[in-house]
Amino acid sequence: MAGIILVNKELGFKALDITGYSLKEMVLVIPPVFILLGLLDIWVPREIMVKYMGKGSGIKGVILAILLGSAAAGPLYGAFPVAAVFMKKGVKFSNILIFIGAWSTTKIPMFLFELSSLGVRFAVTRLLIDIPGIIIIAYILSKVISKNEIEEIYKNAESM
Amino acid sequence: MGNYILYLVAFLLLVLSFIKDRQKTINALKKAWKAFENILPEFLGVIMLVGIMLAILNPEVISGIIGESSGWLGVILSSIIGAITLIPGFVAFPTAAMLLKSGAGYMQIGAFISSLMMVGVVTASVEIKYFGKKLTILRNVLAFLFSFVVAFVIGKVVGVG
Repeated sequence: MAGIILVNKELGFKALDITGYSLKEMVLVIPPVFILLGLLDIWVPREIMVKYMGKGSGIKGVILAILLGSAAAGPLYGAFPVAAVFMKKGVKFSNILIFIGAWSTTKIPMFLFELSSLGVRFAVTRLLIDIPGIIIIAYILSKVISKNEIEEIYKNAESM
Repeated sequence: MGNYILYLVAFLLLVLSFIKDRQKTINALKKAWKAFENILPEFLGVIMLVGIMLAILNPEVISGIIGESSGWLGVILSSIIGAITLIPGFVAFPTAAMLLKSGAGYMQIGAFISSLMMVGVVTASVEIKYFGKKLTILRNVLAFLFSFVVAFVIGKVVGVG
């Protein structure tokens, strides 16, 4: 960053400006996300998460994963720590991936914003392709990744 | 607005938790801090990269590349731009609307929005920390390819009308 300012002052300061802005964004969004995570980790017992989103939770788990992801605020990188806590609590891998997908692209606050900026037709069309898209991507990923690799990822989440 | 609701919910639950069990609440906050500390260096790196990216790729540069007549090449380019940039939604949507007005195509904008939201090249370092290299790469590649599907459908449904 300092290098850019030395080479091209205008561009460097613009980058610094945007960084400051994003930092403010992060400071605004991150604290409540992590507080909610801490509370979730302490209060919600593993059995409940397993029952609703674990193996054998079926379509109920899928819908719940989409709803939880869609209700979220904040950029995609905010979803990863949440996913880690979900893994700790025994949520099924494909549901984790669906949750990540929903967080990235079917977020309700974002949808409202899209609706007002780009129009109903654009926003609704995108939402309608995105939902099956997210589910398909999640299933492909959980098929391609081996059991051992999934176990590794869960073990890693345990230590986060 | 989403932020306020998030704060309100977090605050109410925290108070509720504190009333029910003080020690558990303190533990929850400790866990929250630990999780945050864990990922802080990656967050800061990403945010600096985003600053540099956005300074270079301003709306004029973007709209020059993804005009309506740019076809699938424009779709590919806008997916790439979307994949490497990380713009918050409340900036991205008005920007997209502006780009449409200044001649960008619906297909290209569909690809841009989709890959912007689903593919994260600069956030890959954060994703790898949680999910490992293989899954991160696969997820991003699939999401990138998926943005072409989105582009196609948006082009068919919205572009005509």
